[in-house]
Amino acid sequence: MEEILIHLGGGLAQAMEPLNFTMIILGCMLGLLIGAMPGLGSVNGVAILLPITFLVPPTAAIIFLAAIYYGAMYGGAISSITLGIPGASTAVATVFDGRPLAQAGHADRALTAAAVASFIGGTISVVLFTLFAPPLAAFALRFGPAEEFALMLLAFATFIGLGGDDIPKTVFSILIGLVLATVGLDIISGQPRLIFGDIDGFLHGINFLVLAIGIYGIGEMLWTLETTQGKVTVHKVKMSVSQMKRNLGDVKQYIGTTSLGSVLGYFVGTLPAAGATPASLMSYGLAKTFSKDPESFGKGNIAGVAAPEAANNAASTGSMLPMITLGIPGSPTTAILLGGMIIWGLRPGPLLFTENPEFVWGLIGSLYIANLATVIINIAFIPLFVKVLTCPFTILAPIIYILCVVGGYAPTQTMHDVWLMLLFGIVGYLLRKLNYPVAPAVLAIVLGPLAERSLRQSLLSSQGELSIFVTRPISATCIVIALALVFYPVYKKFSNKRAADMPAASG
Amino acid sequence: MTVRTAEICMAILLALCSIALMFKSAELKIGWVPERGPGSGAWPFWLSAGMLLTCLATIYRWFKGVTPESKNLEPFMTKDTILVVGVSAGSILFLLAATHFVGIYIALFFFLLFYLRFIGHHSWLLTIVMVIVVPIIVFCLFEWALKIPLPKAITEEWFYPIYDLMYSY
Repeated sequence: MEEILIHLGGGLAQAMEPLNFTMIILGCMLGLLIGAMPGLGSVNGVAILLPITFLVPPTAAIIFLAAIYYGAMYGGAISSITLGIPGASTAVATVFDGRPLAQAGHADRALTAAAVASFIGGTISVVLFTLFAPPLAAFALRFGPAEEFALMLLAFATFIGLGGDDIPKTVFSILIGLVLATVGLDIISGQPRLIFGDIDGFLHGINFLVLAIGIYGIGEMLWTLETTQGKVTVHKVKMSVSQMKRNLGDVKQYIGTTSLGSVLGYFVGTLPAAGATPASLMSYGLAKTFSKDPESFGKGNIAGVAAPEAANNAASTGSMLPMITLGIPGSPTTAILLGGMIIWGLRPGPLLFTENPEFVWGLIGSLYIANLATVIINIAFIPLFVKVLTCPFTILAPIIYILCVVGGYAPTQTMHDVWLMLLFGIVGYLLRKLNYPVAPAVLAIVLGPLAERSLRQSLLSSQGELSIFVTRPISATCIVIALALVFYPVYKKFSNKRAADMPAASG
Repeated sequence: MTVRTAEICMAILLALCSIALMFKSAELKIGWVPERGPGSGAWPFWLSAGMLLTCLATIYRWFKGVTPESKNLEPFMTKDTILVVGVSAGSILFLLAATHFVGIYIALFFFLLFYLRFIGHHSWLLTIVMVIVVPIIVFCLFEWALKIPLPKAITEEWFYPIYDLMYSY
């Protein structure tokens, strides 16, 4: 425990260094803006802006991106409340009560509650993160290739079991991500693989950023253009100091359920498929169940705004836990962060704590500061953010496209990758329209090379015996849970069918 | 085209892609190589085989009418959607194609001009400010700060004086 506090102190000091502190403030501001814009969330912001972070050292870069992640979770609430459309999918639940409050002229109350609740969620989850991360990393040090592979299977299985999307389509998305990761030179034999049409551009492989920017930059913008064709109306927000005091006094009404929702959000966030969106919906449900007045939910209950906002912030911190300790991202956004860490020359996984302690603790320290900075910036500049929302989409869209194109060019500096990015963007958009989930593909392309290497190393050491994955206890446990997750939806379907058939049979 | 038709077309197309990927992977060894473990093609081969299976599952489910898409007879893309999405995708396509010939900066100029003035109907003042300021920011951020030379094609020579200025310090 003492050791953790010493490290944490060092991390906080590092986060307060001028460059890192500037990155936090900049990241929080940008994150708030990105989160507030309808259609753009943390994952889009992080994917599009990752290439720019090569300007600064890795620690400052991840601090910046983590601050964007954090800020975007706060920002999502702004458009949920003032526009009635969620700024990001993670803020869907905030619309339920945020919108009625804004319509009744209480937008300021809702916005303050969202900011305060986010702060509560952020604080609880960061403390949990600090306590859980070091022991988990120490435990994971014992993992060999077989355990690593089993763990990745488990991560993919969560998409099948908990993702809630069409199962064959989810599996397809995972597999295509893994296949795209194999393009290029084989890591073990050095042979060129899947070089389509003998095009040289495929020799250096497909950078995960090409897929991530394609899907979350271009594809997402096309999607947003389609869905927001109609006009949106912004609700006016007025704030004065006396109002602010009253609004902050509302905390008493929701502190209980919010804290509960934060803990729930944190643990849901650690699961790769679950993340912030389901966490916020679950937290909303929880707040409604425990409320003395469940009837008022959906009609403008302040606790209904606070609960999901606390949970989505907690989940964003939670999703960093497996990324830092196990090298398995807990969300699409952390998948991109993980890919970034590989570009920066870091090896994600348990060794980070021993090999790059200043990186890990700098990041953890920055989360504490980002949490505080965001709540202050948020409350102080709410009117400004609301104003930005009125910025026409036709100005925003070309700027984002340009950032995508130049950002897609930057990592490998070939036009080949930019064309590929456009292709992925359009195909990703079409697939999304047909209900194919795209997040598993992004996770898979990041994890693909690691998964293949650990599989081949395991098989090599066992001379091709697949039993290696079930004879080692940790790996076997992961495989059993993974199988359970895969078969859970099948079982559920059967039991539902049986239940439906029963009355018919008896009658 | 209805959503229903789009679903089956996409599933068949993806199934064909999976088969192509299997053949492509099979150009390398997909069996066990003594001393070296599984061949280079094994992992992508079995992944592609898995992709094929999931596509077949989707096709089967389409025939059984299980997926919501297979019962949806609404148009896959309405006329408005085709227009708004097509114009955006088309303008990026133009941006990339033009970059090959006249370099990214000239391409950006026309891309922004088209998007702001003719799609966004913004004022000439805003358009002119943007078409000049955005390429300059891109240049400063990527070429100057990040040292990533962007493709300039025939305009390469125009930048020689700027390079001299940048690197003379």
